[in-house]
Amino acid sequence: MDLTQSFSSLGADIIVSAPLVLTMVMGLVIVVLDAFRRNHVATPWIAALTLAFGLVMEITRIGAASGTAYYDLLRVGGMAAYVNALIFGSGLLTVILARPYLESIGHHIGEVYALILFASTGMIVLGTANSLITIFVGFETMSICLYILTGLVRTNQGATESALKYFLLGAFATGFLLYGIALMYGATGTMYLHEMQSAVGDHQTMFRSGVGLLLVGFLFKVSAVPFHMWTPDVYQGAPTPLVGYMSTASKSAAFASLILVLYLALPSTQWIGVVAVIALLTMVIGNVIALAQTNVKRMLAYSSIAHAGYILVGLAAGSPEGYSGALFYLLVYTVMNIGAFGVIALLEWDGTQGSEQSLDSLSGIGYKKPLLAWSMVFFMFGLAGFPPLGGFIGKVAVFGPAIHSGLTWLAIVGVLTSAVSAYYYLRVLVVFFMKESNPDVATDNITFSVPGMSAAVIVLCVIMLIVLGIVPTFLDVTASFFDGNMLATLP
Amino acid sequence: MEVTLNWYLMLSAILFVIGVLGVLFRRNVIVIFMSVELMLNAVNLTLVALAQHMGDTTGQILVFFVISVAAAEAAVGLAIIIAIFRNQQTVDVTEINLFKY
Amino acid sequence: MNASTLIPVILLLPLAGALFCGLVGLFVPALRQREGLIGVVGTAMVIVPFLAVLYLFLNFDGGAIVVEFYTWMAAGDLSVAFAYRVDQLSLVMTLVVTGVGGLIHLYSIGYMHGDPGYWRFFAYLNLFIFAMLNLVLGDNLVVLFLGWEGVGLCSYLLIGFWYTDLKNSAAANKAFIMNRVGDFCFLLAMFLLFRELGSLDFDVLLVQGPSLDEGVLYLTVFLLFMGATGKSAQIPLFTWLPDAMAGPTPVSALIHAATMVTSGLYLLARFSPLVLAAEGIMAFIAIIGALTAIMAATIAITQNDIKKVLAYSTVSQLGFMFLATGVGAFFVAIFHVVMHAFFKGCLFLGSGSVIHAMHDVEHQLSQKLEPEGHTGKFDPQDMRTMGGLKKFMPSTRITFLIATLAIAGIPLLSGFFSKDEILFRAFESASTNDYGMLVWIVGMVTAFLTAVYMIRAYVLTFEGEPRWPKADTIQPHESPWTMTLPLWVLAILSIVGGYIGLPGVFAHGDWNLIHHYLGESFGGPLAEVHGEAHVALSTEWILLALGAAIAIAGVALGWYWYSKHGPAFDDRLRSRFGRLYRAAEGKYFVDEAYEKVIVKPLIVGAEKGLAPFDTYVVDGLVNAVAFITRGLSFVLKYIQTGVVQIYAMAIVIGVILVLAMMMFG
Repeated sequence: MDLTQSFSSLGADIIVSAPLVLTMVMGLVIVVLDAFRRNHVATPWIAALTLAFGLVMEITRIGAASGTAYYDLLRVGGMAAYVNALIFGSGLLTVILARPYLESIGHHIGEVYALILFASTGMIVLGTANSLITIFVGFETMSICLYILTGLVRTNQGATESALKYFLLGAFATGFLLYGIALMYGATGTMYLHEMQSAVGDHQTMFRSGVGLLLVGFLFKVSAVPFHMWTPDVYQGAPTPLVGYMSTASKSAAFASLILVLYLALPSTQWIGVVAVIALLTMVIGNVIALAQTNVKRMLAYSSIAHAGYILVGLAAGSPEGYSGALFYLLVYTVMNIGAFGVIALLEWDGTQGSEQSLDSLSGIGYKKPLLAWSMVFFMFGLAGFPPLGGFIGKVAVFGPAIHSGLTWLAIVGVLTSAVSAYYYLRVLVVFFMKESNPDVATDNITFSVPGMSAAVIVLCVIMLIVLGIVPTFLDVTASFFDGNMLATLP
Repeated sequence: MEVTLNWYLMLSAILFVIGVLGVLFRRNVIVIFMSVELMLNAVNLTLVALAQHMGDTTGQILVFFVISVAAAEAAVGLAIIIAIFRNQQTVDVTEINLFKY
Repeated sequence: MNASTLIPVILLLPLAGALFCGLVGLFVPALRQREGLIGVVGTAMVIVPFLAVLYLFLNFDGGAIVVEFYTWMAAGDLSVAFAYRVDQLSLVMTLVVTGVGGLIHLYSIGYMHGDPGYWRFFAYLNLFIFAMLNLVLGDNLVVLFLGWEGVGLCSYLLIGFWYTDLKNSAAANKAFIMNRVGDFCFLLAMFLLFRELGSLDFDVLLVQGPSLDEGVLYLTVFLLFMGATGKSAQIPLFTWLPDAMAGPTPVSALIHAATMVTSGLYLLARFSPLVLAAEGIMAFIAIIGALTAIMAATIAITQNDIKKVLAYSTVSQLGFMFLATGVGAFFVAIFHVVMHAFFKGCLFLGSGSVIHAMHDVEHQLSQKLEPEGHTGKFDPQDMRTMGGLKKFMPSTRITFLIATLAIAGIPLLSGFFSKDEILFRAFESASTNDYGMLVWIVGMVTAFLTAVYMIRAYVLTFEGEPRWPKADTIQPHESPWTMTLPLWVLAILSIVGGYIGLPGVFAHGDWNLIHHYLGESFGGPLAEVHGEAHVALSTEWILLALGAAIAIAGVALGWYWYSKHGPAFDDRLRSRFGRLYRAAEGKYFVDEAYEKVIVKPLIVGAEKGLAPFDTYVVDGLVNAVAFITRGLSFVLKYIQTGVVQIYAMAIVIGVILVLAMMMFG
């Protein structure tokens, strides 16, 4: 391959990965802009427009055939476009929700938007990775940005503590992930996912331990039990709209990458038992501990752990049906969680980013802020999996394939723990609507102003949640990613 | 005695376990952080040894990425540790437990 | 424009209206007072679909069109789509629903003026139209059932519209619970059909249904009919409808007279091929219909509340329609449904106009009497305190009179043609079955009673002298134009509507347009009895004359009695018929019987037997599980100590677990 050919193929790659490249470049532009014009008003708009552009671009390419770019390092089109659209979408909604929030806590700084763009870049690299190298690079780019975003309010003791815990444990888990990558590489001699299964040869032990350690890295990122313990502490201390971002986009990216690894590199069934057991633990522990939480953000953190468990059930099915169900669930989960964290962010009044605010202090808020509270009704019912909202279809989409693959026991546990979850989700609504407002907490004196853009985002999430519940064609879209063409398009 | 691939792999595994134990049992945040770096470098050793053994450069390319990522991580990590120290005047992890239960 | 673009418009506009009125009212309190905005939007969201339906109707070429949006759910063999069917039957029903519905929306703008729940009212009313359109347009049983339950819900919400009065809530509950019994039967019929035929689409059901096993077919049709008795208030599930008058009067006109209560008829008409194949059940339907008709008519004569009279009249007229269904004359039943929507809608709206005026009287009276220490309260719906309103409310009076004469069956008005057709079909069927003659005789008697009780209601309300307190100084007023305009439209339709179904004596039935439109033998969707017995032309003329004579006699006698004696004539009847009258006055004690035979034993059984079981065993188990789970939660959360090294330890344990499972699992 001579140099000219390399450059021309590079040009073509840049075009097909334009949203990724643009996101990264605009992140740099914001950094430079911020150096000369501190906290310029246009900064959030640049970020929002970049993400919106990426979203539109990727949505138009969901129907396209999947392919690869940069010498097979990244995947484009099809499933990759869907995952990217998810990441861009949650980034866009987060930017809109975060701007007024950060202004209100006095941390409206340009870096945030640059970091969100960089984190999105990392997530896209991770979520569309076709090689272990890109997995590692994307994983770390994303993680480092998220550590900084967590500790954004660096004068706040809680925020720095969250950042420290996230950072130490994240780096620790990266060690395992990297060791796993090294062992898989050693066993197969390749970093490309699709070449692995044929190249394993007689290094089974090395390969299996590599896969195990790689799984640990991913399971840490999606906060599966027992790698979940950072989640509540980090979510409690981080700025609330950014928690919505972390809990959705980073999880989407990690799950998408995990699905690619499982689908392309590991079709054999040795890992199914591991994922099934982890899914079981995650659903049970996440839902049970959530019952005892009094802080809203902490409760939602355990809820997001539990939802990772549901998605893992779809993965444990080990079938294209299960993977497509999991991808669909990620979309529903993104909509619900961004909405729920958005509402909580808008209802914060204690000035500590909600890290100390108890659920009971929001008693009777439903009558003061009907729009937010009624939106919360939809999110809570959606998270609990009530029909006809998207959450219900999502659960059907992940539990159904598990039953088809003979994991009926896992699906039963999933349904039972969903029933448990209804308790803590509905308790939010009980507190919102059926309790007298708490006289000790003078919420009456505190003005919650709801910015129009934020309200629009919340309402959009509600509408999407309903649409996802009654228009099941989205499930066909995710199913179409696994119709056999995916491997065929590889070189 | 010839130094074979297994020697390298054993050495790096031992280094990795030392790193893990350091994370688990040391109390000073800085030392924990150094233990994490030790884990990463243990893996680097594995990667280089494997790449050399197979005559394939891909593993060594990943090592470059790991080194640069470790540098970025060090910058961010030290910044966080400084922020913690400013807030709490301590670097003992057992005392940093505001959020729990 | 074709059906696939217009159907979404027709369906979604009322939904949009409901969402608009509901959400605006809920979230923007400032707009709740903007009655003009809410009323106009609510009305337009029904009028525009009406125009769209009219367009479809005029451009309809005779072939059924199915518009499918998307597959709603697919599980195993079951595949349910949001599919809608445009054919002659659904077009007629849709025209009635949106047309009469639009008029009643317009009427409500004035009627509900000043009510704090104005927005809520229009939201519910629009939602009702949406559900009703799903019911009549749906192309499979699931969509139909969705609409069926939707109208039930809206009916519940609107009966209990003034929910602060416990009586209204109780009436709403009663309607809802009694309908559940019918709905349960409907569901069973649905399950049965699915089990037998593996589909719920009308195309499959209507073609393959009639050739089902006889036993299954009989059971299915019986269950469908039981479902219909719930919605359409027939014996044994009729008692909720009179109580449902607790809702605002436009609701009574729209839901409990013109549209929702006829959905049972629609259901049977839609499934006419199946019904026709189940002869035994048809006899049952005809007899139940006839019994309901005469029973409700006798009750109507004894009632003093103007809306109660109309409610029992509705039950009685619905009985007529089921009678027609039972003798296989489905198109006549639908014909009467349409005519009934016109004149009963007009009557209810007229009564609403009267009640509106009497409320005003009550208001003036209490202002006058307050200084003297009286409250001046009286029942504005009681006909005994009305009388002489024709002076004050000319429009209401004339339209009410027209509708009264129409329902009584005075020749050349709409009710005459539709009722006569029903009775004629019953008489005709007597030559091929055993029950035709019986139901014909009952029908004739009921027709006479109908004329009497309706003219009684008219005379007591509008003729004679005013009977409310201080009638010399307090004068009621005519209602605003938004209320009288619908009255006039419906009154005119009550006069001319009948000409779409001229009886067979003219041009050998060629002028019976609705028959030609709906009947199977002319390419319509409604099955018909084949090889029907022929009745001589002279006999037809005699029957027609007999029907006219009975109606005129009833009207004349009723007018004579009640204009001469006023409400006092009821006492004569009471002494004349003694026990029978008291039974009718007490509504045959059906409510009391249900209370004693069903409700009481159930409650006692539940309290004595099930409640302890529930409390100690079921609740105990559930609470124990909940308690243990919560306890576990409170224990487990202490694992989360807040120290980062414990978390790292958990990760290491996880690593060992995963590696062990990868190696040995």
